[in-house]
Amino acid sequence: MLLLAFAGMARQWLPRAHEVVHGGMAIVCGGAALAVLVRLAMGETGIDTLALPVGLPWLHANLRLDALSAVFLLAVNLAACLAAVFGWSYARHDDEPGRVLPVFPLFIAAMNLVLVADDAFVFLAAWEFMSLTSWLLVLSTHREDETPRAAHVYFVMASFGTACLLLCFGMLAGTTGDYSFAGIRAQPQDVVSASIAALLVLLGAGSKAGLVPLHVWLPLAHPAAPSHVSALMSGVMTKVAIYGLIRVLFDLVGQPLWWWGSILAVIGAVTAVVGVLYALMQDDVKKLLAYSTVENIGVIAIGLGLALVFKASGVPALAALGMTAAMLHVLNHSLFKSILFFTSGAILTATGERKLDRLGGLIHKMPKTALFCLIGSAAISALPPLNGFVAEWMLFQAVLNGPLLEQWELKIGFAVIGALLALSAALAAACFVRFYGIVFLGRPRSPGAEKAREVDPVMLTAIGVPAFLCIVVGVLPTLVIQMIEPVNRLVVGEGLLDAGGHGGWVWLAPASAFGNSYSGLMMFLTIMILTILAVFMIHRYASNRVRRSIAWGCGFTDPAPLGQYSADSFSQPLRRVFAGHLFRTRERVDMPAPGETRPARFTLESRDPAWDWLFTPITRVVGWISERVDALQFLTIRSYLSLMFFALVALLVMVAVSQ
Amino acid sequence: MMVVQALLAGVFQVVQMALLLLLAPGLTGLVRVIKARLLGRRGPPLVQPYLDLLRLLKKEVVLAENASWLFRTTPYLVFTAIWLAAALVPTFSTALALTATADLIALVALLASARFFLALAGMDVGTSFGGLGSSREMMIATLAEPAMLMVIFSVAILVRTTSLSLIVDFMLSGGVGLRVSLALALISLLMVAIAENGRVPIDNPATHLELTMVHEAMVLEYSGRHLALIEAAGMMKLVLYMALIACIFLPWGIAAPNDGPVELLIGLVTFVLKLVAGAVLLAMFETGIAKMRVFRYGEFLGGALLLSLLGAIFLYVSTGL
Repeated sequence: MLLLAFAGMARQWLPRAHEVVHGGMAIVCGGAALAVLVRLAMGETGIDTLALPVGLPWLHANLRLDALSAVFLLAVNLAACLAAVFGWSYARHDDEPGRVLPVFPLFIAAMNLVLVADDAFVFLAAWEFMSLTSWLLVLSTHREDETPRAAHVYFVMASFGTACLLLCFGMLAGTTGDYSFAGIRAQPQDVVSASIAALLVLLGAGSKAGLVPLHVWLPLAHPAAPSHVSALMSGVMTKVAIYGLIRVLFDLVGQPLWWWGSILAVIGAVTAVVGVLYALMQDDVKKLLAYSTVENIGVIAIGLGLALVFKASGVPALAALGMTAAMLHVLNHSLFKSILFFTSGAILTATGERKLDRLGGLIHKMPKTALFCLIGSAAISALPPLNGFVAEWMLFQAVLNGPLLEQWELKIGFAVIGALLALSAALAAACFVRFYGIVFLGRPRSPGAEKAREVDPVMLTAIGVPAFLCIVVGVLPTLVIQMIEPVNRLVVGEGLLDAGGHGGWVWLAPASAFGNSYSGLMMFLTIMILTILAVFMIHRYASNRVRRSIAWGCGFTDPAPLGQYSADSFSQPLRRVFAGHLFRTRERVDMPAPGETRPARFTLESRDPAWDWLFTPITRVVGWISERVDALQFLTIRSYLSLMFFALVALLVMVAVSQ
Repeated sequence: MMVVQALLAGVFQVVQMALLLLLAPGLTGLVRVIKARLLGRRGPPLVQPYLDLLRLLKKEVVLAENASWLFRTTPYLVFTAIWLAAALVPTFSTALALTATADLIALVALLASARFFLALAGMDVGTSFGGLGSSREMMIATLAEPAMLMVIFSVAILVRTTSLSLIVDFMLSGGVGLRVSLALALISLLMVAIAENGRVPIDNPATHLELTMVHEAMVLEYSGRHLALIEAAGMMKLVLYMALIACIFLPWGIAAPNDGPVELLIGLVTFVLKLVAGAVLLAMFETGIAKMRVFRYGEFLGGALLLSLLGAIFLYVSTGL
């Protein structure tokens, strides 16, 4: 990957640099994904460690590959391979593909390194490297108006997150100074410092993952990058943050406390609902998808939170249920978010438009993209028999076990979390009906959409493969769940199917799932058989004649496509019901008096409360501090020397006092 | 013995699916007749919906010029999804072959799939009516679906399963007495059923005035066999909800897996009687109430959601497993 990065840097001299970089990345990541897949499929549960003789003198760079890393490595490299394939073709339509090339391989390498890190230094260095490279990728479109602001916000949030993680590992290592993960695991944690570490990792990794209210940067930064990079940032980088969360909360701190899990689950539930409500209000394709990522991260956080609560309460079988749901959703989301972001890239190449209200009717011009995107939209809306539903089914089963817990706060909390989860699922379906309906259906709303062409086969392959995988995972979920089993045994101590229950490839019926079963395969087959039966019977015995005519318009068909339902009109009822107070939406209608010839105007405003309450104060503080610290740059030699002297004295005093 | 049971379950499943297909238009016809009588009209004959469906099936399809393949496949998908969902609800016997395939949660998700595709089809042609219908339908669904899931939660926690056949068996065994939570769940489920079937006060199935339509606006472009399928699916959905409410809250009469032919016959007769009673109640309710404004739906369905959530919370707190 380093080599490929150099190839990217040498793009001036290399004639076909982007093909080398993207092609190379596709092969490397595809190989890595395949290797991990084979490892997981063989049921290999061993732990491989490796200490590289680089880094700090007393601590080598420790690497480790266990089941948890392996599943995340699979998600990262599969999505990276697809993104590279997509980018190979996408770069040809980009004005300046060169900006992405040197950083793209480094970004993926950094994500891989985070996943195999086995000490705090490697972890943090890789984490920071991942943040910086992705920041550069965001900046690659620096000519667009919104990008500098997006990059600035991202930078502030990323440094805030890393600072939290730094303190978190400091708390975990305590006074021993052993920063290898093995050392952290070995030493007992006292309750206070473990709790502080847990909260810090929630802030640090949570801000990277996009948990509300630390999500403000995400919908700005992810859409700013080129589409295949957006897919990686949204579909995969957020998962690396989730990995950090799991690694610390389930592995490093030892036995968790129940209230950590409840905080995580509640934040997750709020994130899921708020994220999807924002997504419903967006008028930009990529921003909509970025907010939908926020929602899905919330769903994953719910699963992790439930798993943590059950683990703390000593019911590992149920913890395994929540954990499996979360891990399955990690894989699922990287699949359908790849489809959807690639689709947005394909639409951008084909039409040059990103605004929902300038698209429409693309199902006729881009039939294959439309089909794949339909599968992705249905999967992300958790419709059976696709993959999104399986994870959601397991989450509901985990929520249903809430009465088993002792604390009554948790019991009520679980019921509310269940309701919020159901609400977010229903809203997600509305959101993707709006997305798909406005973009692909109806009549074209702009000349660009009118002249759209189907994209080339390479891009189509990159969109089609994850769409196919969505169906496979949905129909045969147990194949994937078997791969997640070692993770469960590693982090919660028991596998999902260990306590009995069906785990064959047809039925999914874990014993902890409330005496229930689900079979994607049976459902898929029944739907197919019934549909074919209905089609055959009706066409054979009733009628199969078709006549084309103009659409019914109540006597007057409006020739202008702008008269169709728009994205804002679609979300208006939902806005009225849900968002009035939350986002302080204001609708203003400026209706000219009869006889006036100026056009009527409708303006819609909404604000994200997290901006006003959280982000603006943080930026103000950071700005204030950096201005004060800035003065240090312009001191005389004398002042610097005296500063150093006093610092030294202060440190010596501290050492003297603590001895 | 196992094989015989499995075979019987398969036979029952097929019988149930055929039965639902046959009864669905009759139920809609019955509701219409009773409503007409309550209003002092003679009303259409009971068999009118059957005749309507047959007439539509024989007619040609008139497609809008820019209708896509999605528009043409949706009626089949919607019909299948709702038919399959209805097949999962025990009507006369709990021995059904598809029971293990999908539970109540999957049933809700199947209905959501049908709605998803129908809403997309409404937006396909690009007229304002379709968009309007889809938008309102999705708004209603965003509140009705969580409310229904919360109802399921209440029931599932009481009987410790979300599998419909097991719920019915448990309810029949008399293990559950009268419960406040179940009463709340029943009220909430009734409200959801009214909203999901597009009945008064949420939507008026008889209206064709564009501004008040929800479901009818969404399917405005459909004709011929496509319309027949969508109408049939709508009728089936009504049966589904009535059967669902009946099997959870009034399960008496449903035959258990090992029962003989007499019990099966009793099951069939009681099922038809329950449907008739449901039709009478629905018609009386619809005649007695006026339609709501669109933006009051939020309050109505939000109320349903909160009621069901309250019921679920009671159970979460009071039940230790």
